[in-house]
Amino acid sequence: MSTLATARPANYLSVDPGVMSWLLTKDHKRIGILYLVSISVFFLVGAVSAAVIRLSLFTPEGALLHGQAYNKMFSLHGISMIFFFLIPSIPAVLGNFLLPLMIGARDVAFPRLNLLSWYIFVLGGASTLIAATTGGVDTGWTFYTPFSSIYSNTNVTLTAVGVFITGFSSILTGLNFLVTIHKMRAPGLSWSRLPLFVWAHYATSLIMILGTPVVAITLLMVGLERGLGIGLFDPALGGDPILFQHLFWFYSHPAVYIMILPSMGVVSEVIACFSRKRIFGYEFVAGSSLAIAVIGFFVWGHHMFVSGQSVYAGLVFSLLSFLVAIPSGVKVFNWTATLYKGSVAYHAPMLYALGFIGLFTIGGLTGLFLATLGTDVHLTDTYFVVAHFHYIMVGGAITGFMGGLHFWWPKITGWLYPEGWSRAAALLLFVGFNLTFFPQFILGYNGMLRRTYTYPPEFQVLNVMSTAGASILAVGYLIPVIYLLWSLRYGQAAGPNPWGATGLEWTAPSPPPPGNFEKIPVVTEEAYAYSTMETRRA
Amino acid sequence: MTPHIVSTKIYVLVLAALLALTALTVAASFYDLGGGRLHYANAVTALTIAVSKATLVVLYFMHVRYSSHLTWVFVGAGVFWLLVLIGLTLSDVLTRGWLPSPGPWSS
Ligand SMILES: [Cu+2]
Repeated sequence: MSTLATARPANYLSVDPGVMSWLLTKDHKRIGILYLVSISVFFLVGAVSAAVIRLSLFTPEGALLHGQAYNKMFSLHGISMIFFFLIPSIPAVLGNFLLPLMIGARDVAFPRLNLLSWYIFVLGGASTLIAATTGGVDTGWTFYTPFSSIYSNTNVTLTAVGVFITGFSSILTGLNFLVTIHKMRAPGLSWSRLPLFVWAHYATSLIMILGTPVVAITLLMVGLERGLGIGLFDPALGGDPILFQHLFWFYSHPAVYIMILPSMGVVSEVIACFSRKRIFGYEFVAGSSLAIAVIGFFVWGHHMFVSGQSVYAGLVFSLLSFLVAIPSGVKVFNWTATLYKGSVAYHAPMLYALGFIGLFTIGGLTGLFLATLGTDVHLTDTYFVVAHFHYIMVGGAITGFMGGLHFWWPKITGWLYPEGWSRAAALLLFVGFNLTFFPQFILGYNGMLRRTYTYPPEFQVLNVMSTAGASILAVGYLIPVIYLLWSLRYGQAAGPNPWGATGLEWTAPSPPPPGNFEKIPVVTEEAYAYSTMETRRA
Repeated sequence: MTPHIVSTKIYVLVLAALLALTALTVAASFYDLGGGRLHYANAVTALTIAVSKATLVVLYFMHVRYSSHLTWVFVGAGVFWLLVLIGLTLSDVLTRGWLPSPGPWSS
């Protein structure tokens, strides 16, 4: 094996392998790897806290955690999973690695800024981890006022500072991507030829730039009220607690699209490749990404139907929330139409992509229940909401991340992973996921509240099912970790294009050399020209 | 595209304008300009001055005045998103009083 390894031509991994050269790298591919390592730490933190929560809910009176300890555990789970894993997952890892390769560039527009964004991420993550290990925080990931700004006596300020700092890494990544996509496309790569992964990241970057500053300033305002007693949200100080929710959800609803749009980009690439067809209605799939990014900013009030928000605002937000379902529906139908009469191959990335379509559809449609004013009054703050957003964030976003990681793993590392194991893990994750979260829809509909450590005994059967599912999920995530690491040492060499996929990233060697391409490519055809590729092959 | 060089004189003028407007904000805060208990006129005055200052900063210090159309589109998007944030939030704040409060429970 070692002879093979040394026989590989110089690539971004082999040149200058010292620690300092990694920590000072400006190569977008290495920065992607740095992000992969750091978000894995937060995935582990989030996953372990989730496991503790599920184990505790095994019995109605709470098997492990009570009261504030439980509150701190679900806060840790939400904060690490959302701000430190899901938001950066696909953009900062796969986006950083692939965007320049996909548009035929040698790097992103601002490589130094790119490295800075990683350091900012690490700094913000460290603050939050210190806050978590020195007492924790009990506000949930939503930091609702006036509890967070006045009453909670936990580490709210340090946690909020961590999230505030990390926001800037997100802003810098978005800025870098927008300028890169505008200015650095290879000759011939017009907007109508861009891969849909790039379109999805363009839309995601817009949300990062337009939304993140708002949540950063909002958390700063919480700090000001908490530290200096400046009245912004606490009614006793002349503030408005609902104002916090407006500002928070102005970012945090679109943030769901920061998590899901990149996954949709992955799914488009994977579906086209393993159906050997161009994407049905390319323009509509690309346009729907932009539509989701824009309309996604008009709907935030659907989180506030029972908050004391005016009913008239509620009506407007309900209507607008229904509108944002349309572009999501366009994508689902167009992917399905792409499969029609395609020659479908069920490799692991494709299993994840197909899983995404089903789980995202369930997550999206149950979102409509919650966007309906009347039903939401019944379902607010129940496990129905928990099930809904886990179908979007785990069933959608993480499934897409896993699919993308598998699809581009041979490009990133140059090694192939074992086919059988990867398919088995994908199926196991699908089963474990549904067993964990489907019972929560029923629990919530029947009235089990979220964020409580006890529940009425009649809910135990469904809770035990959910906990059992979570243990399957844990195994399902562990298996890929093992075989992916195994492939680094024992995998077969991948070659530049193991899937026979279109796209400029597959014309570069695997793993790519530091400057990506020997010569900047010239693009002469649309994305997903699988039919011409097949005729050429025949 | 060659970077546009702005003369020092313009920078000094803009700085002077910003300082003058700051002084004006402070001065205006000492007078009750009317508008009832919430001093609406004071708020409108302060916000108008603040917006003018921000515009000066964006146009001159951030060089937007001399930048490409693409930059203008992105600046416009930023302003539009700010209006969405304020507008939809006001759709709640301004209509909260429209329905009469149901009052306390009575048996
Ligand atoms: Cu939402």
